[in-house]
Amino acid sequence: MIADLPLPFLAKRTVARRLLSNRSALAAIALLLVIIIPCVAAPAFAPYDPSVQPDIIGLRSQGPTAAHPFGTDPFSRDVLSRVLYGGRVSLAVALVATLVSITLGTAYGAIAGFAGGAVEAVMMRILDALLSIPRLLLLIAIFAAWRQLPLAGFVGIIGLTGWYGLSRIVRGQVLAIKGEEFVVSARALGAGRARILLKHILPNILTPVIVAAALGVGHVILLEAGLSYLGIGVQQPEPSWGNIIQDGSDQIAGLWWISFFPGMAIVLTVMAFNVLGDALREALQPRHMGAE
Amino acid sequence: MTEPSWMSDTRERIRAVESGGTSEKSGPLLSIRNLSKHFPIKRGLLGRTAGAVRAVNDVSFDIARGETLSLVGESGCGKTTTGRSILRLIEPTEGRIDFDGRDIRRLGASALRAVRREMQIIFQDPVSSLNPRMTIGAAIREGIRIHRLAEGAAANAIVKRLLEEVGLRGEYATRYPHEFSGGQRQRIGIARALAVEPRFIVCDEPVSALDVSVQAQVINLLRDLQRDRQLTYLFIAHDLSVVKHMSDRVAVMYLGKILELASAEDLYREPMMPYTQALLSAVPVPDPRIRKERILLQGDVPSPASPPPGCVFHPRCHHPAKDAACAKIVPPLEEKAPGHFVACIKQPPTLVSWEQQQEAGGVNPPVRYLPVVEQLSRSDN
Amino acid sequence: MNEPPAPLLSVENLSTWFHTPAAIAKSVDGVSFSVAPGEMLGIVGESGCGKSVTALSILRLIQQPGRIEPGSRIMFEGNDLVTLDDSAMRHIRGNRISMIFQEPMSALNPVFTVGDQVAEVVRIHGEGSRKDAWKRAVEMLSLTGIPDPEERARQYPHQLSGGMRQRVLIAMALVMNPALVIADEPTTALDVTIQAQILELLVDLQKRFGTSILLITHDLGVVAETASRVVVMYCGEVVEEADVETLFSAAHHPYTEGLMQAMPQLGESRDRLNVIPGSVPPPTDWPSGCRFRDRCKYSWELCEQQHPPLYQISAAHTSRCHLALEPERRAHPHPPLVEQLGVPA
Repeated sequence: MIADLPLPFLAKRTVARRLLSNRSALAAIALLLVIIIPCVAAPAFAPYDPSVQPDIIGLRSQGPTAAHPFGTDPFSRDVLSRVLYGGRVSLAVALVATLVSITLGTAYGAIAGFAGGAVEAVMMRILDALLSIPRLLLLIAIFAAWRQLPLAGFVGIIGLTGWYGLSRIVRGQVLAIKGEEFVVSARALGAGRARILLKHILPNILTPVIVAAALGVGHVILLEAGLSYLGIGVQQPEPSWGNIIQDGSDQIAGLWWISFFPGMAIVLTVMAFNVLGDALREALQPRHMGAE
Repeated sequence: MTEPSWMSDTRERIRAVESGGTSEKSGPLLSIRNLSKHFPIKRGLLGRTAGAVRAVNDVSFDIARGETLSLVGESGCGKTTTGRSILRLIEPTEGRIDFDGRDIRRLGASALRAVRREMQIIFQDPVSSLNPRMTIGAAIREGIRIHRLAEGAAANAIVKRLLEEVGLRGEYATRYPHEFSGGQRQRIGIARALAVEPRFIVCDEPVSALDVSVQAQVINLLRDLQRDRQLTYLFIAHDLSVVKHMSDRVAVMYLGKILELASAEDLYREPMMPYTQALLSAVPVPDPRIRKERILLQGDVPSPASPPPGCVFHPRCHHPAKDAACAKIVPPLEEKAPGHFVACIKQPPTLVSWEQQQEAGGVNPPVRYLPVVEQLSRSDN
Repeated sequence: MNEPPAPLLSVENLSTWFHTPAAIAKSVDGVSFSVAPGEMLGIVGESGCGKSVTALSILRLIQQPGRIEPGSRIMFEGNDLVTLDDSAMRHIRGNRISMIFQEPMSALNPVFTVGDQVAEVVRIHGEGSRKDAWKRAVEMLSLTGIPDPEERARQYPHQLSGGMRQRVLIAMALVMNPALVIADEPTTALDVTIQAQILELLVDLQKRFGTSILLITHDLGVVAETASRVVVMYCGEVVEEADVETLFSAAHHPYTEGLMQAMPQLGESRDRLNVIPGSVPPPTDWPSGCRFRDRCKYSWELCEQQHPPLYQISAAHTSRCHLALEPERRAHPHPPLVEQLGVPA
């Protein structure tokens, strides 16, 4: 009668196995490791100090050579080292901001979905209002006005504006799980609301959260790059991929390497996170076993 | 709080009516009076209430200690809602629910939690009734944790014992639900309910989703457990053969109302409510030699949002005396034979007098109608 | 002695396997049976036995990773359906062989009226205008007992009850007057009083049009009431085949026997039900020898060593059980192996 069954995914072994058997996922993970590890360990990997200007006359604006594989910029700074240190900043901003966003989004959506009734209605209307504010314009407005913002504040504000979509999804998922019989069973056993939310509902809605996290990181990298490019993101002399591109932007035809390499870093990283996000969605998805 | 006199009078009458009941304590374990659950239908932008789905409509019955009362009926009759309302998993709109003498509708959150220990539920769907992200040991242990019945190793020992009691191996406690078959998952659900040591269990279609051979295993298990632990069951089902096997008494529901309530034997031997007669007649019998006279009901089950006036069953009723009175008068649930309650004004004896029926447009006097349904009288195989 | 009429459908050694990266699930593993013209054949089994996959295989509706294995033959009106080309197969589906599914709500498209859906079958296979197709659709709806068919035809599936929707599915299946209808658990999702109506309808329509019906179900009661012959399936194989009276009075295979004893029946008194201990093995891992031996109370060494063939018990009765060789063993039942090994797995 009940044909067997789409199997819900929980055994981490199986998720890992599915993920690793996906070629593009493997390539994405490898690519990310190649990019992230050197960036995080920039002090170890960077051949030079990124702000050092050894020879403004002799070494300025040189194309890629053996000594400077990514070339030098008009201030004779080594571009490779700047890209690595810049990567550190860009990735850190992206990861922390995304973490803030998913935490806020999950909490807000879960509380709204679980509470129901008037509380949920009010929370959702507030959400609708927040969603109607265009994020990019808002960020530009804030950062342009507040030039001397410390990095932590920068990250925080990006995080605080990026959780709305996820919370809608989380709320939908919570509504779906709320009606499942194992939740009713927990109530029948006498479980209080906190226990039900934390032990029963949250673990079952992790899939969209994890996927949103992977995709979110890529998104924030682009965002930060754009803002830094415009000069209102990470401020000089602190390098970030966005402002390095800025450095090379007025001479993009002549000194192509200055913008090219950080640009490639952004493209590859974002692409890899997107592929990873899709692969995670696949791997976490319940699957059918053919037929009965 | 003193009990109003009509309540103690009712108790006396119940005690007199109750058949069997050889328990030390007196009085039923569960006493339901005028239970109703209406789901409002909201229309329009502002969510105006445009009517209500009367899932459960003025239902009353008792369950004696150690007995199994079954609620049967087809989809939409309200049996599942009744079961869940009794446990306050769905809040009733109206009515009184007395568990062991206490009105549990009045209880606040913490008192309710304590009572929850004593009243548990087993679900129909073995797939969705277990949290896919919890090991089954954790699922069974949860009740123990919530009510602080044991800790750590002692709790684990209880879990192992319960698994064995329901016919599974103790070491399965570390596995996840998807590793088990439907029948095994049902057993796990039973173990989970038993973990808090309840006295009363609502079995909400526990075997409907299982194959025949597995059904038999679970039914036997439920009966063994009842005997070993002196449990009281409210057994909700639509499969009449299973119900006959499991029950002491049976209540037949239709569109939110109880139309017949009797001991299992009496109900199956001599169903008096035309709906029950049709229901029994519709059950396919696994014996090709028996070609029975089937009572075929016309049309489909109406929606509980707009139940027919008067007797909810009258549009499809085949009783020869059916007439206009049936559409006006709501038949009371009356005792037409010892311990056998039926809601039908055309099936004598009835307290709805002939004059009253005529006033409502009745033209046919009540007459006993008990069509012979052959397979019920065949001798045992 | 009359020659039996040539079968309408002849399934020969059908195997449908699902090739997944983890393992091969042999859902249908060497199944053979035939359906005579105008006959109602019942296929009975529990979940996992392969009956639904068999039905889908006949109409070649199996998707990847499932595949009908070479060596399978399905003869119908002179053609082998397994090797038939796609366009010829499409001509057969809905037209010469049609199917009624279990879940009426999901088998109907929610955005089209029911009349349209029945008419569509006509338009795919027949000639004639849209108006003709619509007329035929309404006619068919009326034949399936739907009151006010003109009005109902203009309604959408969600406006109809479960029983009505099933009648619509039946109308869709019969509108082109096919030779064979495969009904896959047509009443399982319905209430028992509606089930009774639908079964009566199927039997009535069958008599009227002379259609053969392959009725797939897990409910022995349904089979007893409607079928003339029964095939019992277990673990992807046919384990017993007989006409319905013989099956119910003198079942041979221990699984069939067990099924009948496990069913609570209206006429019986209340005591313990006889169960079949243990559970059905998964299709990725059929046991060697007889697939039922671990749960069987008559098994002996031969059952493990040799996979039983279908023995001919009598003229129209076959059974896949070695008891055909040593019937005296039936007098000495023993606790099945699963019980001896302890708790059911």
